[in-house]
Amino acid sequence: MNSTALAGLRICDLSGQLAGAGATRTLAAFGAEVIRIEDPVRKGKWDLLRGVPPFREGQRGIDAGGAFNNHNVGKQGITLNTHTERGKELLAELVSISDVVTENFSAEVMESWGFGYERLCELRPGVIYVSNCGFGHTGPYRQFRTWGPIVQAVCGLTWSVGQADQPSAGFGFSYMDHHGANLMVFAILAALHHRRRTGEGQWIDMSTVESGAAMLGPMVLDFTVNGRPARRPGMPASNRGHHPLMAPHGIHPALGDDEWVAVVCRTDAEWATLASILGVDEPAWATVDARLAAHDALDERVSAWTRRHDKFEVQARLLAAGIPAAAVQSPQERTDCDSSTARWGLFPEVTHSLMGAVRVDGIPLHLSATDWSMSTGAPMLGQHNHQVLAGLLGLDDDEIARLEADGVI
Amino acid sequence: MSFDASAHTGPLTGLRVIELASEHAAYAGKLLADYGAEVLLVEPIGGHRTRTFGPFADSLPETHPDRSLWFWHYNTSKQGVQIDLDTSEGADQFRNLVGFADIVLEGETPGRLAALDLDHGQIDPPTTVWVSVTSFGRNDPRSLDPFSDLTAIAGGGLAWNCGYDDHSLPPMAPLGNQGYQTASIWAAVGALMAIEARARTGEGQLVDVSMHAAVNVTTEQATQWWLVAEKTVQRQTGRHALHLPTESIVAIAADGREVHTGFPPRTLDELIKLVRWIDDEGLRDELPLTTLLDLAIEQGGMDLAKLYEDEFTQECFRTCRDAIVLLAEHHTADNFFLLGQRRGFAVGMILSPEETMADPHIVARGFPTPVHQPQLGHTIVHTGLPIRFTGSPGEISAAPTLS
Repeated sequence: MNSTALAGLRICDLSGQLAGAGATRTLAAFGAEVIRIEDPVRKGKWDLLRGVPPFREGQRGIDAGGAFNNHNVGKQGITLNTHTERGKELLAELVSISDVVTENFSAEVMESWGFGYERLCELRPGVIYVSNCGFGHTGPYRQFRTWGPIVQAVCGLTWSVGQADQPSAGFGFSYMDHHGANLMVFAILAALHHRRRTGEGQWIDMSTVESGAAMLGPMVLDFTVNGRPARRPGMPASNRGHHPLMAPHGIHPALGDDEWVAVVCRTDAEWATLASILGVDEPAWATVDARLAAHDALDERVSAWTRRHDKFEVQARLLAAGIPAAAVQSPQERTDCDSSTARWGLFPEVTHSLMGAVRVDGIPLHLSATDWSMSTGAPMLGQHNHQVLAGLLGLDDDEIARLEADGVI
Repeated sequence: MSFDASAHTGPLTGLRVIELASEHAAYAGKLLADYGAEVLLVEPIGGHRTRTFGPFADSLPETHPDRSLWFWHYNTSKQGVQIDLDTSEGADQFRNLVGFADIVLEGETPGRLAALDLDHGQIDPPTTVWVSVTSFGRNDPRSLDPFSDLTAIAGGGLAWNCGYDDHSLPPMAPLGNQGYQTASIWAAVGALMAIEARARTGEGQLVDVSMHAAVNVTTEQATQWWLVAEKTVQRQTGRHALHLPTESIVAIAADGREVHTGFPPRTLDELIKLVRWIDDEGLRDELPLTTLLDLAIEQGGMDLAKLYEDEFTQECFRTCRDAIVLLAEHHTADNFFLLGQRRGFAVGMILSPEETMADPHIVARGFPTPVHQPQLGHTIVHTGLPIRFTGSPGEISAAPTLS
């Protein structure tokens, strides 16, 4: 059953990668009609993820990329050469019947095509236009190019992952692509609310660098209020419990090769319980201040115990004692062996025209009346050309054949 | 008790939100409030325990009840009220407030509100959007277990991806309650999704947010490598976790600071620009393999789809990386970033949060936002709004004080 949360909402989607495509996939899962536009000349490759691994065994090519499939489930896909006059005309027609236009090109790409915000408004009064790029559309770096890891480096997040005595570890993935996409969904929904109330659309200029910088707020205030920089000796020590202060608070080795488990004591009482399980008798460590001062020694005592046990046994035993603990789960453990993700239906199976049945990321929220659903995989390049051009724009078969022959689609 | 309908300029003007204070849903309330919703934060008598979270405003005495910078950040633009839900008077107050709310936002352990007869379905009108943020979802028995941001990050898969090439060092979690913030952003999305549905159906509904699920679907390619190709990615210093080892991506600039060398050039145009940059700086002698790039240019570029199987492509890719590292070593971090970007390369510099706030671009865009802080009697700079609505910007005001 398809969600009706966004029934009747049409998105003219020029976005890609994860930071943009990740937003419109969520809108599609809740019932919006998302028409994704790709470039036939470069075979959709401006989206770096089209046609790159992971691939299914024995599959290759522009329609076989696993990440592209994940980020584009439930969308319709058409090709449109926006450098041709006819391509521009068709894009204009699509804009004129869409509620929202989304893109995450570098700044000024849309202007260069003749599709800046003012033109979009002419084509579709009240349009909601979201541009989402690394540095935003104003300021000295507006033409700079980014992808997730560059955004994370510049916004403070890469610095915020690591041990104090090591270089930056950073995020091992494009964390801000997810949040750029999720905040883009928030932005579109908020703008729809505003339009319903006032009748006005608007342009939303998103910078993922700013979205990322906003996720380190208390540390920024520590500097602006107290003058205490986050970059100081002993930092970031990001596995430790800073706000609020907690100790022990870390990721410890477990039995086996490269197996780990997180253990946290939120209170002195939890530490007292843990100490009795570990067999640690250190009356001096009764307070969190004392434990923080002895954090290295404390960690060694916790690790000495955890490394003798399976990570899931540590988790079960400590949870039963009222102490937060969690195995560091591998992708397989999270997706195939985790009772909670299974119960949630978190990795649903969709059908992709080439890849067949394949599991993808679901949505971490359930709505009791208009919940999300996912059934079809990402569109193959130009898969819905006929459906959209004939069905929505009223072109006949001859015209569509001509567009193909002329390289417009 | 009523809502203060003071002017807000954000897109969510007109929405009324009741938020029960919590550590893990606070950012959801902040997003709604900064963008114009009237958010009333309900705390226990004497204040919620997050008021005891550091860092603190050093200039205020330790006995001051309103000195938590954590609280100042996560509760901007909200109004505050203290209610003891365990008393019949407090329960009545809460019921009354819920009756006027479009959205209820709470992060209570499942069962607590039901035991007080104050849960979803017990007190809310059918038009209410009720957003519940829990560790594993309202119906999962594991939501009764003790949890923290770190356990969400470990169990949810984020930590698996982060750390060092040296696997004797543990997987790393990030600073800044990122697990809670991840759940909160989804909670804010869920709240507005249900508001959108209500505009069509007239009905409210329950939005059940799982922190564990939220972290699980925020690990980018790790999940797809497993689900599609049955390969398990491994953490690598400063770069994407992958099932194969990749080349280092962080370099040390001439001033000793870390820079991000970016994704190596992949198009013909980028290869040409890279070789030109090497030649402009007179560095060809230091990188003899530049000739390999000349060859790749003659052949019309590289095909990244072959990166994992073709040796020539791999060698070119590596040489591109070496070239960028060499260029980084010849410049300060700032200069490398600016020169590289102006030549069209997506490179970066690794900044700490306060360095980001001082960056000329961030400052020029007006992201650092002055907010009058009543405890101090003057203005301080907060992180700004993460989304720019050009027609209805929103604004940030100080978090509610206890007194």
